[in-house]
Amino acid sequence: MTIPSLATHPGLWTAAAMIAAIVLCSTAGEVLTAAAMKSVGDLDEIRAHSGLKGAIRAVLTCPLFFAGVGFLALAFFSLLLALNHLNLSLVAPASASLTLVTNAIAGKLFLKENVDRRRWTAAVLVCIGVYLLAH
Amino acid sequence: MILGLVAVCAPLADACLSRGMTKLPAISLSHPATLVIAVFTPWITLGIALLIGFFASYLTALSWADLTYVLPATAFGNVIVALLSRFWLQETISLERWAGIVLITVGVGFVARGPSLTVRPAPVVGEERPR
Repeated sequence: MTIPSLATHPGLWTAAAMIAAIVLCSTAGEVLTAAAMKSVGDLDEIRAHSGLKGAIRAVLTCPLFFAGVGFLALAFFSLLLALNHLNLSLVAPASASLTLVTNAIAGKLFLKENVDRRRWTAAVLVCIGVYLLAH
Repeated sequence: MILGLVAVCAPLADACLSRGMTKLPAISLSHPATLVIAVFTPWITLGIALLIGFFASYLTALSWADLTYVLPATAFGNVIVALLSRFWLQETISLERWAGIVLITVGVGFVARGPSLTVRPAPVVGEERPR
């Protein structure tokens, strides 16, 4: 299946779908990676006790880490595809900012982080910022 | 230091990836293998090297801070992306986009002023153990 219109001027919905793919894959990857790193513990302390090899071993023996990396890889290829059709000044800030909002929600739901009013206010400001970026 | 590396490496990597991908012909969804071939072009390779530096710093930060703190605290990279896009890639950035970037930066400032780690309820301490 080819999408000729994609190659030159992607429409609004196509651009939104490309950015949404990056955001969803990034969020899943970052939440899984954050959960993995919390289960591993402070890497600075591990490196102080067991050296760099010990720190790398601690990360690489955590299954959650590989699940996170898998989703981050999907996000990366989604980013490459989007950059082939859209401007960096739209794709990078829009995907990064929306990921911030989805991560705030996912952090509260799955990682039980304290997402207080300060963080929600930031999320609203970021949403308005993304709306302006899309114009 | 670690958060600074995350903020700098990510936008530089994005700029390299963008430079590399815009030099390539348009990629169709019917040929996903061309995305893999793109990985071996110089700009994309440099972008990936920077992403590895970003990822190492990012993992270290995540081991001692909340995800909802690390991401916003390092989102100043958006401003760096805008500057790189404008002055290196020669992209045009409208006044509205600049306003959007400013709002995002203000939002990031809100989050960054809070605590970096969620405090979990700890067992009561302070009483002397019986010897």
